[in-house]
Amino acid sequence: MTSFSCDKHRLHREGSMMEVSPSSTVSFREFGCEQTLLSRPDGSASFVQGDTSVMAGVYGPAEVKVSKEIYDRATLEVLVHPKVGLPGVRERSQEQCVRETCEASLLLSLHPRSSLTLILQVLHDDGSLLSCFLNAACMALMDAGLSMSCLFCGVTCAISTDGEIITDPTAAQEKESRALMTFAIDSKEHRVMMSSTKGSFSVHELQQCIAVSQKASEKIFQFYRDSVRRRYSKNL
Amino acid sequence: MKDTPLSNCERDFLLKAIEEKKRLDGRQTYDYRKIKITFGTDYGCCFVDLGQTRVMAQVSCELVAPKESRPNEGIMFFNLELSPMASPAFEQGRQSELSVKLNRQLERCLRNSKCIDTESLCVVSGEKVWQIRVDVHTLNNDGNLMDAASIAAISALCHFRRPDVGIQGESVTVYSPEERDPIPLSIYHMPISVSFAFFQQGTYLLVDPCEREERVMDGLLMIAMNKHREICSIQSSGGIMLLKEQ
Repeated sequence: MTSFSCDKHRLHREGSMMEVSPSSTVSFREFGCEQTLLSRPDGSASFVQGDTSVMAGVYGPAEVKVSKEIYDRATLEVLVHPKVGLPGVRERSQEQCVRETCEASLLLSLHPRSSLTLILQVLHDDGSLLSCFLNAACMALMDAGLSMSCLFCGVTCAISTDGEIITDPTAAQEKESRALMTFAIDSKEHRVMMSSTKGSFSVHELQQCIAVSQKASEKIFQFYRDSVRRRYSKNL
Repeated sequence: MKDTPLSNCERDFLLKAIEEKKRLDGRQTYDYRKIKITFGTDYGCCFVDLGQTRVMAQVSCELVAPKESRPNEGIMFFNLELSPMASPAFEQGRQSELSVKLNRQLERCLRNSKCIDTESLCVVSGEKVWQIRVDVHTLNNDGNLMDAASIAAISALCHFRRPDVGIQGESVTVYSPEERDPIPLSIYHMPISVSFAFFQQGTYLLVDPCEREERVMDGLLMIAMNKHREICSIQSSGGIMLLKEQ
C-alpha cells in the first residue's frame, strides 16, 4: 500500500536587526511544517512555531446543506477545536478571523453551491496561537489543491511594557505584554488582510508593528516555498 | 458534509475476501495494525496512531467541590470528541449515536473499572477534590476509534502529573511545578479495549477492523481487559447472537 511521503521541514531561528526601529528585532522561534499527514481529509497540515503546534484539515469542495448554500460561491466553514473543553466564545472569534482571511484569498466563485470546511485543532498552545492557525490553514489549503489568488501568513507582535516590539511571542511574553497584535499578510503585495489586536498602543506603534510584520512575512513565505519545493522534488 | 456511500461492488468484494480469510491490507484475522504512541510537550498529552487512525488525548485537572454522595472521592470526567477532521461524516453537533456509544464505553472502561484511585484525589473531604478531565480528540478515522481512544486515554493518564497541594488547617495552597514537583496519579491497572468485528451473521470474525471493514460489518464486540486477564467491560452491538466458544 503506497503512503504519501510526509515532509517535515524546519527553519532555524534567525535574529536580525531591522531598519524600522533600533529597538525591534525580527526573530522567530523554530518553525516546522508537515503536509498530508491525515488520510481522510482532502488536505491536511500541521504547523509548529516553537512549542505552539496546530493541526489543520480541509474537506472540499463537497456537498453543502441547502440552508447554507450560496448560489455563486462556495460556503467556507471554519471550526476551531481547543485542546481542553468545548469550543467557546474565544474560539468563535478566532474562527471569524481565519474565515475572513481565507475568504479573501480563496477563489470561492470557482465552486458555487459547494462547501469547504477547514478544521483547526490545537495540539499545544505556547503563544502566537492565531498566527499559527493562519499558517496551518494556508498550508492545508495548499495541500488540498484549492485555488487561491494569493497565499497568506500570520504574524503576531507583542509590545512589552517598555515599548519593545517582540515578534512571535511565547505565552509568558504575551502575558506580560502591554498590547498583542496579529496580522494576516498576503503574499503578492504584502498588505494587511486581517488584524486582531488586544491592549492599548499608539498609532505610531501600530504602524511600526505592521512594518515589522511585513518584513517578517517574507521569511514565512520563503519557508512555504522551501517546504513545498522539498516535498515535490522528492516525488519527481 | 456527507461521507461517500459504499458501493455494492466494494461491499461484495470485501465480504467475499473475508470469506476467503483475506483482508484488504494483508493482515491475518487476529493481527493488529502498527501502534505508535507519542507524548506531547506538557504532562498528560498523548498521541496514538493505530495504522492510519489518529487520536489525541489530553488530561487536565481542577479543584472542585465533590459530589454529595461521595465526599471523599475525586471526580473523573471523560469527553471523547468526534472531530469533523476525522471523517466527513462527523458533524459538529455531539448528538450522534456513535459518539454517545464511544463515550459510554470509554467511561465504563476507565471509571467503572476503578483503575484510578479516586480517594487519593481528595484534598479536603467534603470541600475540595481534584477533578481529572480527559479530553480525547479524534484526528483521523480509519476504523477502530475505540481501541485507539482507550490506549490514548490510559497512556495520557499514566503520563499526567498533578500539582502538589499543601494543607494548613482550612487553607489549601496549590504549588506550581517550579515550587514542588508534580505528582503522578495512582493507577492500579491499565484496561485496554479490543474490538472484534463480525460478518455474515457471526460466521467470520476480525480483530481491529479498518474503516472499510467497519462499514460492511454486521456487529461489533468491544472487550476491555487488563494485564491480569480481568475483563473490565464488554459491549456488544449489532444484534449478533454469539456462542460461548466464539
